[in-house]
Amino acid sequence: MAKADLKHTAFVTVLAAVALLIAPSFLETYTLTILVVYGLLALSLGLIWGFGGILCFGQAAFYGLGAYTYAVAALNIGESTIPFFLGVLMPLLFAALLGAMMFYGRLSDVYLGVITLVVTLIFFKFMNATAGPEYVLGTARLGGFNGIPGFQTLNVPGDPDAYILGDAFYYFTAFVLLLVYVFVRWLIASPFGRVAVGIRENEQRIELMGYDARLRKTVLFAVGGGIAGLAGTLFASWAEIVTPGLFSLSQSAEIIIWCIVGGLGTLVGPVIGAMVLGYLKFVLGQQSVIDNTLILGLVLILFVVLLPRGIVPSLGSAFRSFQGAIRRRSRKTPRRRRRRQADV
Amino acid sequence: MDLATVIIVEILYSIAVLVLISAGLAVVFGMMRVINLAHGEFMMIGGYATIVAVNSGINIYVSMLLVAPLVVGLLGLLVERLIIRHLYGRLVDTMLATWGLSLFLVGVATMIFGNTTTGISPPIAGFSIGAYQVNGYNFFIIVAALVLLAALYAVLSGTRAGLVARGTMQRADMASALGYNPNTIYMVTFFCGSALSGLAGGILAPLVGLVPSTGGTYIAKAFITVISGGSSIIVGVLSSATLFGLVSQVFTFAVSPVVGDVALLVAAVILLRLLPQGITGRFFKGRM
Amino acid sequence: MKIQRRQFLAGSVALAAGGVLSTVPGAFAANDVKLGSVLDTSGIFDAYGKPMDMAMRLAVDEINAAGGLLGRQIDITAYDTQSEMALYTQYGQQLARRDKVDVVHGGILSASREAIRQTLRKSKVLYFYNVLYEGGVCDRNIFITGVTPAQQVEIVVPAAIKKWGPKIYILAADYNYGQITARWVQKYALENGGEAIATDFFPLDVADFGSTIAKIQAASPDIVVSALVGGAHLSFYRQWAAAGMKSKIPMASTTLGVGNEHKVLTAEEGDGILVAYNYSSEIESAANQSFLSGWTGKYGDTKLIHEIAVSNYQGVHVWAEGVRKAGSMDRDAVVSALEDGISINGPGGVVSIDPKTHHAVLDVHLMEFSGQKMKVLESFKQRQPIDTQGVCDLVANPDDNTQYEVKI
Repeated sequence: MAKADLKHTAFVTVLAAVALLIAPSFLETYTLTILVVYGLLALSLGLIWGFGGILCFGQAAFYGLGAYTYAVAALNIGESTIPFFLGVLMPLLFAALLGAMMFYGRLSDVYLGVITLVVTLIFFKFMNATAGPEYVLGTARLGGFNGIPGFQTLNVPGDPDAYILGDAFYYFTAFVLLLVYVFVRWLIASPFGRVAVGIRENEQRIELMGYDARLRKTVLFAVGGGIAGLAGTLFASWAEIVTPGLFSLSQSAEIIIWCIVGGLGTLVGPVIGAMVLGYLKFVLGQQSVIDNTLILGLVLILFVVLLPRGIVPSLGSAFRSFQGAIRRRSRKTPRRRRRRQADV
Repeated sequence: MDLATVIIVEILYSIAVLVLISAGLAVVFGMMRVINLAHGEFMMIGGYATIVAVNSGINIYVSMLLVAPLVVGLLGLLVERLIIRHLYGRLVDTMLATWGLSLFLVGVATMIFGNTTTGISPPIAGFSIGAYQVNGYNFFIIVAALVLLAALYAVLSGTRAGLVARGTMQRADMASALGYNPNTIYMVTFFCGSALSGLAGGILAPLVGLVPSTGGTYIAKAFITVISGGSSIIVGVLSSATLFGLVSQVFTFAVSPVVGDVALLVAAVILLRLLPQGITGRFFKGRM
Repeated sequence: MKIQRRQFLAGSVALAAGGVLSTVPGAFAANDVKLGSVLDTSGIFDAYGKPMDMAMRLAVDEINAAGGLLGRQIDITAYDTQSEMALYTQYGQQLARRDKVDVVHGGILSASREAIRQTLRKSKVLYFYNVLYEGGVCDRNIFITGVTPAQQVEIVVPAAIKKWGPKIYILAADYNYGQITARWVQKYALENGGEAIATDFFPLDVADFGSTIAKIQAASPDIVVSALVGGAHLSFYRQWAAAGMKSKIPMASTTLGVGNEHKVLTAEEGDGILVAYNYSSEIESAANQSFLSGWTGKYGDTKLIHEIAVSNYQGVHVWAEGVRKAGSMDRDAVVSALEDGISINGPGGVVSIDPKTHHAVLDVHLMEFSGQKMKVLESFKQRQPIDTQGVCDLVANPDDNTQYEVKI
């Protein structure tokens, strides 16, 4: 990691850590926990879409797969350490497999969207059809539409009776979010990440330079899948139940909306988008004047048409032009400005 | 033997439904390279328009075939002017904006009609094939799909407007250089595409209970059918609808409706993996 | 860059803080009884949730107008879960930990109940689930006032067999409720000299039943018994009538009408279908008349009332009766009072609590669709929740905390 990047990452991490630490004085920790989980989920798509240029309509598939893997494994094992890692590993492997199939088949944009969408639908339909007693994995009934309740939630490794609940669980998820953020920053700053961004900008040129774009895209996609799975695992432990709704199209849609609203090409943007919109949803559930879907739809339209870059980058450039106006001299060329803004 | 006939009718029917629900999306995608993810909601609104019209005393065929397409077509015009126009050439952005539109329309419909299922009865009685009763309305849908395809073909190949449309489809810049305003053409195309969505919604309304979220059940299938078909409107939709309709009905009969649906989806994945440009990207290239 | 980022984060924290402050519920009068409610009053299940919410508010109004509970008024804290499971967990925790309510009424789908049941149990908040469901929940912290499959099936299946013949074709929604109900239908068919010749399950989003209708004809049963659920499945009845099957094979159902489906289908599509429920607005009793006039007084007309709205209404009254008998809001005292065999006279008939299972003993009415109404043919008094009784005994095992798969 270059020195500037390091400084930048450390700065954001510390700031975020402080924000996450003082947040419990404003909001209940169970609400904060789910907001952090949403943030993590948004981060996974923010990485592969914003930096890899891969628009995945089915990020919910990995999220749900992580949650289900955790639930099934926890029911069978009864102690949460192995299920926790399985909940990350399974979606990661699955994403790697799916990614390899798509990228080595040279599928692009719309077709990629269709495939990821279809895979999510298959999961959704299959999980909904598993109510019968014949769908059993070990001791875990898949439960169909009603989902799987009553599994072991996260515990201190090695001690199944020491549950990580409430405040402790919140600090744990917050720590995981920061850790993943640092990891992703490192990944993007590494030579691998630089090339990945290059593929997003111009795949052909990168290939002509001798890099294997297919492999890199597959790896990036798998990492994104793993992070989404991690979010699913944490969700399962928070909700204490997993249902096929995790695989639904509206869940996938929500993740995309978070990224758009927060700002693509940044990492902080999607996380903030997820937290703000997630919180908005809880607040809207306490009123019944306007239909919630209507508002969500309107937000998406307005952002795509009027503010396609999202909150964080737009605020960034608004601030910069403000700054420039005050100084009355700006030495940054527009081109440089654009690159820096993609670094938030 | 009777059962075989019934099964064939069911297969034809499910192909016809796929054609109907994909036609509007295919026209817009084929001509404008715009994926309208609010397509399902356009159908839903077509359905509600039909039901409201029928309940206010208008003849059911007039409601389905005239009122629904007109209402949705005008809505499409409005959407094109307000949203789509700003996003031409940005495929992903149009998908996202129309997705937002779809959520918005679901919300609006919920506030107006509520989430209670509404519906009207089909206007055609059932009749029997040997020992079996068949839903008479299924035949109406098969005929409607056939007429629709024939009409599309006639317009695209036989009229001046169709020629211009095909020209714009292939080289928008050349059409524009020849003095045709692509803006107007896109507007008209979007109107037609939306009207077709409304027509489909209207025709299917008597068969299924309608709720504001109904559109969601169609959009995925329509989307998959159109993309798998590739860029040629008629041949693409017809070939992929035939394939998917056949696969899903055979599995529905042999096993269950879930397996039928899953089989359709798996078929789509395999198809796109083998033919990344859709069926007409590989075969029947350059047809309509 | 840095300054801007810091400012932004600070801004967003302030924003979040402002949001919180504005949503903290207005101060309760310190002495009020707090009733929490979580229902889907928007989203795809709102046809069930909205009337339930209205019924709950009506019941609370009635109790408050009569002087409240133990001399205190009841204050409602209601959340709309927007037909989304994650929100149940969220609001369940909110009710238990932040709002600290005395009781929670709510949950519609079984999954939504399971999403909050453990949280409420751990936080020792009494929970009422007032919905028709598949049976088998065994937990001392929960009371369930809806009918369970055995209570319906033991009445509707023998009646159908007697009326139409022994061969039954079962159609059921492919989830817990449908699977279990189908097994009860098979059992009661056998016991009454009938036979289930085929059983088909359908995911909740299947809306096209053409091939199924052909399959049913190939099997030519005497009766079709349906446990189909939700808006998409409603198209089955329409397609069935459109194929001209209605006059050929009669139908009975354990679910049709729960969400007022008989008012959505036309009379031609619905007439003659046999069902069994706890409530029909056609019941002629004083309790029902006063319920209907109370509803009309509050909401104008009665067209939204349905089975589970009445269950919710009765659930609130059962809880209130328990509190009155206990003479305190303490959870354990209320539970003991409810276990003591209390009963109320609700719109659907007498509702009493079975101490062994915490399920309701209710009147079940055999009904027939007729002109978009449910005509009562015969009333069966005080039916026991025999399915859950077979697996659950809270008197012997008060610490039980499972949902049993009911053995048949």
